[in-house]
Order: sequence, then structure tokens, then C-alpha cells
Amino acid sequence: MASSIPVSVPADAALEAARGGRVAQRTRRLVAAGAGFVLLLALVAVAAPWLSPHDPVRQSLRGRLAAPTLEGADGRAHPLGTDHLGRDVLSRTLYGARVSLLVGFAAVAVGSVVGGALGILAGYRGGWTDSVVMTVADAQLAFPFVLLAIGIIGVLGPSFPTLVAVIGLSGWVDYARVLRSQVLVLRSREFVDAILALGGAVPRIVARHILPNVLSTLVVIATLQLARAIVLEATLSFLGLGIQPPTPSWGGMIQEGREYLDSAWWISIFPGCLLLLTSLVVSRSGDWLRDLLDPTLRSE
Amino acid sequence: MRALVTFLASRLTRALIAVWLVSTVVFVVMRLSGDPVPLLLPADAPRSEYARVAKELGTDRALPVQYAVFLGHVVQGDFGRSIHFREPAMGVAVGYLPATAQLGLTAFALAVLVAVPVGVISAVRRNTLVDHAVMAVALVGQSAPTFFLGILFILVLSLKAGLLPTSGRGDWTHLVLPALTLGAFSMASIARLTRSALLEVLRQDYVRTARAKGLREWRVVAKHAFRNAAIPVLTITGLQLGTLLGLSVVTETVFAWPGLGRLAIHSIYNRDYPVVQCVVFLSALVFIVINFAIEIAYGFLDPRIRPR
Repeated sequence: MASSIPVSVPADAALEAARGGRVAQRTRRLVAAGAGFVLLLALVAVAAPWLSPHDPVRQSLRGRLAAPTLEGADGRAHPLGTDHLGRDVLSRTLYGARVSLLVGFAAVAVGSVVGGALGILAGYRGGWTDSVVMTVADAQLAFPFVLLAIGIIGVLGPSFPTLVAVIGLSGWVDYARVLRSQVLVLRSREFVDAILALGGAVPRIVARHILPNVLSTLVVIATLQLARAIVLEATLSFLGLGIQPPTPSWGGMIQEGREYLDSAWWISIFPGCLLLLTSLVVSRSGDWLRDLLDPTLRSE
Repeated sequence: MRALVTFLASRLTRALIAVWLVSTVVFVVMRLSGDPVPLLLPADAPRSEYARVAKELGTDRALPVQYAVFLGHVVQGDFGRSIHFREPAMGVAVGYLPATAQLGLTAFALAVLVAVPVGVISAVRRNTLVDHAVMAVALVGQSAPTFFLGILFILVLSLKAGLLPTSGRGDWTHLVLPALTLGAFSMASIARLTRSALLEVLRQDYVRTARAKGLREWRVVAKHAFRNAAIPVLTITGLQLGTLLGLSVVTETVFAWPGLGRLAIHSIYNRDYPVVQCVVFLSALVFIVINFAIEIAYGFLDPRIRPR
């Protein structure tokens, strides 16, 4: 990406700084709101058994395809309706948050550890280590990973570990590339030479001095990757290659409701809207966090 | 000239490494999936049958030998026979390619034709209601999961409004919704990028000069600003073609579009692994070739990046 150097010189630097401060404050509030949303979703996921009005997998043949109602055929409320097996859509949507967040966070953990470690290693060691890591990274970017992921899961069979590994590894390149370039800069700074001269060990330099310096970058990428991982999980579940039924997942619910879109739109649309909202909020939070912590990462 | 040759060579090497890596991953996954022989034989087949099929498939040989043989076959485009269709997997996959190409190219054209003008208008009318509205839609388009967008389009435009068919391949009306769904992400990305690239250029001194010499605003935008903003837009636009290829699996499934992606999903359900491998490899190859072509074109267009 072309790096952009701001050309315009502010007419009044003080005014510009004051405006910048206000913008930063607004961005901080937005990031806090985004974090609040994710926290709320996590609470919902954890507390799903207590929040859900019904058992998410209990079927009821008499109460099939009921429209959103506060007094259903069984005399109980189904605020978001029931699906083709008479299961409560609200309860399933709440439980679905578990799969999304669990797979999302686990995948981000895998991707950030693998990508972060390889990026720091490549940046610090340089030489052929760097060449190998970056060649593999370039190559991975050079083909549609989603397709490969579908192929891999299709052949190996869907399971939680496979899903987490595939989604996690699909995102390692982003961490590796950015951290590598940051470490390259950091390594050439005097303080690293000073510690080396004082007899400091390399792993300690990485852990105590390099890692804290790249942490904010890591957080920004991890947030953007979380949104991607949640969408990818839902996509795979939609294709029948994710978390298997009867465990409720948003992607799976959208798939199940597809057949009944004309008569019972609520089966697909409610979990879909929550998925869309989650994806939008998390990815925007990542953008705001980037503006706040590290404006140099801006790519657009 | 030498710089150009080096540039071409480095990009070609990278493309070849990518192809090799894809084939290796395909091979590893295939081996991890277990012995293919029982899949091909009835459960009560005698042991001698097993040995014969294993020999025929080459699975009785050492792994490195199998790998070498596999790579040899890949070079010839041979991925074995489809278990479901009972003909060479490559032939099956190639037969599904035109539908995917039609959908992908339509989506791409739609995305570019909508996104670029919209991005330009947004930049020129910066911070107006139009700009804010367009960018809000683009943000949603960029983060909306493709398959859910497809479902929403079907619900609103097909089922409720009755404007367009829900699925299948036929006349042009069948193409509208899938192309819109598939192109939405690219459309949003290209629109946002066009806007920011143009805003960046509009700040430059030569734009001020152009304005100062009394040119009309549309001329400044069209002749002086847009041409320079076009370079980053072109790069991202090219890369979007690859993204479209990945997302077409999802779109084809939602709209029952008979292309490569749907073939891949069906073959997974049928445990027809030769076809799965072939589709993954073929798509990766198309993707790599597109990227390679774009990088080369880009190298010719922008003399500054050539020597790298």
C-alpha cells in the first residue's frame, strides 16, 4: 500500500490539535461502546441457560413454524417465533452466540500466537528465516483461502479443533507481516543494542522490550480478525461444514431457515441480523482502535 | 530493462511457489483423510480386491514416491477419476467453470461500474448527506456476511417484491441477485477506496494549480485528480477478482447456481474427493494467474514500483 504523507499544513496548529483531541475522545467512546457490545454478547453467551426462555434443542411438533408471539400454541412466549422443528428461535439465537464467540476467540488466539511468533521471529532473525516466512505468507495470500478451508474441512470432517485451526491459520499472515515490519524497526533501535551489550538474552529482549512495543498493533489486528473469524465460522456452518446440529449456531440457523424463507422468515433473519450487527460492530471497533492506537496501520 | 526482467522473474517465482504450496496442501489433506481404497469398494470385497485397487491408485507405495507421482499428475492436470461422475475429475470441474466465470465477471463488472462513480461522487460531495449515506451503506456491505446478504435479497426482492427469480441459472434475471450478492463486498471496498484515494489527490498542489488556472471543477476532478487516484483503485480492484472467486462458493450455494463452488460443496457431501481436490486446485490456479497478471500490468502502469 502506498504510504501517505499528509501534505496539508494546518493553518492554525493549536486549533487542529484541539480538533484532533476531540476526535480522539469521540473515537475512544466508540471503542468503549464496541467493547461493551462484545462484553454484553459474551455475557449473553455465558448466561444463555438462564436467559433462554426454552431449551434450545427441544422440539415440539405442534408448535412448528410459529410466528413471533407472546402466547404460542403451547401457551408460552416465543418472542422470535419457532423453527421447522418447533424449537424456540430466541433461545437458539442466544445459545448461538456461544459458538460464534468461542470459535471466534479461539481462532484469533491460534492466529495471533502463530502469526505473531512467526512475524517476530522473521523480523528479529532476518536472513533466510525471514525469507521463508514471508514467502509462505505471500503464497498463502496468493490463493483463495476460504476455498481451501472448505476443501480441508470437507475432507477432514467438521470438528471444533479443525474449525479453530483452519479459521485461525487462515489469518496468521496479517499478524506476521505487520509485526515483522515493526520488529525490523525496533531491532535497529539503540536500546536493543544497549541491552545486548549489557549481556541481555534475546528471548528476554523479545519478551520484555519488543512484545510490549507491538502489543497495541497486535490488539488492533486481533480485533479485525475476530470479526473475520466470526463471519467465516458462520459461513462454514451455513455450508454445513461448521458446528454440527443440533448445537445452535447462527450460520446453521440461517441455513435451516432457508427452506422456509417464504413462510417463516424469522428463523433465518433474526440470527442473521445479530450476526451482521456483531460483524459490523467488531470490525468498526477494530478500525476505531487502529485510528486511536496506531494511525500508521491505516490501509485505505 | 534488467529491472523489468528481475521484476517479472520474482513475480513468476512467487506464483509458482504458490501453485506448489497449494498442491502440497491438497496432497497432505488427502493423505490425512485416510485410506481412499475402502471408499471405492463394496464392504464385502475380498482382500485381493483391496490390494489390486491400492496398487492401481499407488497407495501401496512409500509416501515420498506418492508425493512425487502426485506432483507429476498435477502438472498434467490429472486428479484421478470422479467417484460420483465416473469420468476424469478435471473434465468434470472444467465443465462447471463457465457458470462460475459468468457469475464472477458479471459481479465484478457490476461492482466496478457502481462503486467507482459512487466513490467519486462521495469524494466530491464530501461530508454531505449523500456522502454519509453512501459510506454507511458501504460499511454495512463490507461487513455483511455474503450468504446472509443473499438470503436478505431473496427475501425482499424475490419473495416479497416478486421482482426476480430466487435461484437457478436461466436468462439475465437469474443473474441479477447472485451477481449483486457476490459483488457487494467488492463494491463496498472499491467505493470506499475510490473515495479516500480521490480525497488524497484532491489535496495535492497540482490540483490547486489546476483550479487556480481557472479550470472547471469537473475537469479538475476528471482529468487531473481521477487519473492519479486510479492507480491504488486499480490494484485493489484487481485483487477483488480473487476475493470474488472465494466468495462464489457461498453465493452459488445460496442461489443454486451450477458453478465450481456448488460442485465443490456437492462433491464434499458425496465424498467425491478427486473432484474436491481438483476444484480447489483449479480455483487456486485461476486466482494465482489473475494476481500474477495484475501485478505485471501494475508493473507496466506504474514505473515507480517496477524495480522492486
